[in-house]
Amino acid sequence: MSILVIAEHDNKTLNPATLKTLTAAQAMGDDVHVLVAGEGCGAVAEAAAQAAGVQKVFCADHAAYAHQLAENISALVVSLAEGYSHIVAPATTTGKNFMPRVAVLLDVAQISDIISVEAPDTFRRPIYAGNAIATVQCQQAVKVITVRATAFDAVAADGGQGLVTSLDAVFESDKVRFVGEQVAASERPDLAAARVVISGGRGMQNGENFALLEKVADKLGAAIGASRAAVDAGFVPNDMQVGQTGKIVAPELYIAVGISGAIQHLAGMKDSKVIVAINKDEEAPIFQVADYGLVADLFEVLPQLESALS
Amino acid sequence: MKILVAVKRVIDYNVKVRVKADQSDVDLSNVKMALNPFCEIAVEEAVRLKEKGTAEEIVVVSIGPKACQEQIRTALALGADRGIHVETDTMPDSLGAAKLLSKVVAEEQPQLVILGKQAIDSDNNQTGQMLAALTDMPQGTFASEVKINDGKVQVTREVDGGLQTVELTLPAVVTTDLRLNEPRYASLPNIMKAKRKPLDVKTPADLGVELAAKVALLKVEPPAERSAGVKVADVAELVEKLKNEAKVL
Repeated sequence: MSILVIAEHDNKTLNPATLKTLTAAQAMGDDVHVLVAGEGCGAVAEAAAQAAGVQKVFCADHAAYAHQLAENISALVVSLAEGYSHIVAPATTTGKNFMPRVAVLLDVAQISDIISVEAPDTFRRPIYAGNAIATVQCQQAVKVITVRATAFDAVAADGGQGLVTSLDAVFESDKVRFVGEQVAASERPDLAAARVVISGGRGMQNGENFALLEKVADKLGAAIGASRAAVDAGFVPNDMQVGQTGKIVAPELYIAVGISGAIQHLAGMKDSKVIVAINKDEEAPIFQVADYGLVADLFEVLPQLESALS
Repeated sequence: MKILVAVKRVIDYNVKVRVKADQSDVDLSNVKMALNPFCEIAVEEAVRLKEKGTAEEIVVVSIGPKACQEQIRTALALGADRGIHVETDTMPDSLGAAKLLSKVVAEEQPQLVILGKQAIDSDNNQTGQMLAALTDMPQGTFASEVKINDGKVQVTREVDGGLQTVELTLPAVVTTDLRLNEPRYASLPNIMKAKRKPLDVKTPADLGVELAAKVALLKVEPPAERSAGVKVADVAELVEKLKNEAKVL
């Protein structure tokens, strides 16, 4: 069976979520091809060709694909679809945006956010904010699937010998136009891929206090996350939100500071290997999932933690 | 312009779901149901566009069993003008829902269709995108800001790295993110008034759609339980445990 994986990238580097998606794809079949669609994305295509197990890479390099607009990418993917049993993308905002269009254009249902491949036609996926796990079987001729990257290990970034082929086909909708973007600048590791994540909630009280988390994060090489309450209160930008509607993370160590642990937040982090909760309310639901809980005032604990890690 | 808003009846977001003992599905008997939170935001956005004079009419549509009419009434109480209920015994999958909605779009000819970005039960995040593809409309998903101007809609989208703004030619499909707005509460007089607003009932057959599930649900299980943790007394003990017991530092 041939599998087509659509790469996640920023036109310069291959996003690690792609390498994790490749692991899922290789559980579906052996002949794995990758599509890199973007503008000036040749280096990304080369990187994808090096990934272990990749047989072939298609590189569609055109301004129409620069910003991953769903209308254009989905038409491109569908033009390549023939002969593939599975079309797979990471469940990032990009993948979530264009893959349902791909499914409709092929007149098939889509399976979102899988966390395991039980068989080439059987997958597990979380529903109800991760409070139930559904096993689904899909016997459509082509299976359109998005993959929860945190649920899979990455394939090796080298050792592959994929052949890169350029694609000339251009699909450009005249109904949509890219206007601009605001990219949150950060020197910290990417939240979705970080080994350690420290998150703040409403208990942080304001945005300035997030500096306390930053100091600890610096010591740990951690990414910083937030609960919805902290985002809605304007403490931090929304791309830091961890939860059902934000990012799904599964780091080795997740430290929740001043976060009560609502169902929607737990949906985004409860697959972390080790969870630490720091909260002054000992009844907070976060303590029910925390491996280590510390009932204390975060304003005392964070500076202590910083110096203890020095 | 006319705005079509699709809403879904789902389990209330505060309810802790239980999986049925036979693992066939989650147990929805005697559970509090509500309007999906993202759909509520979609209704609110439509009502705000009407209040600004951009929209003249808001039509709200829901697909599912008879009980969905409760959620349509809720949307009417929030300010929608009339409702359409597409009555089905079982909830169709996203593809089926999108096909039904595309027929409603063909009948109603709205300039803007607003949906939530995902339902909190199935967590699929598909229907809006599928509807856009079926009706050949451009899409603005995960919207945190919507501005309508001169036959176009400018949508600021919440994407992984930050925000992205796109301009779509109307008619278009927009799906809402949580930060788009803060939904209002329905007042008692509006709830009473909503009872008299028109509500049409249709069937998939009326719309010429045959529903067929393409994905079989084999099993639903509770997620693996995390084993209970320990409370530590202070930071020193916490760091010691993380280093020597959990070995993550």
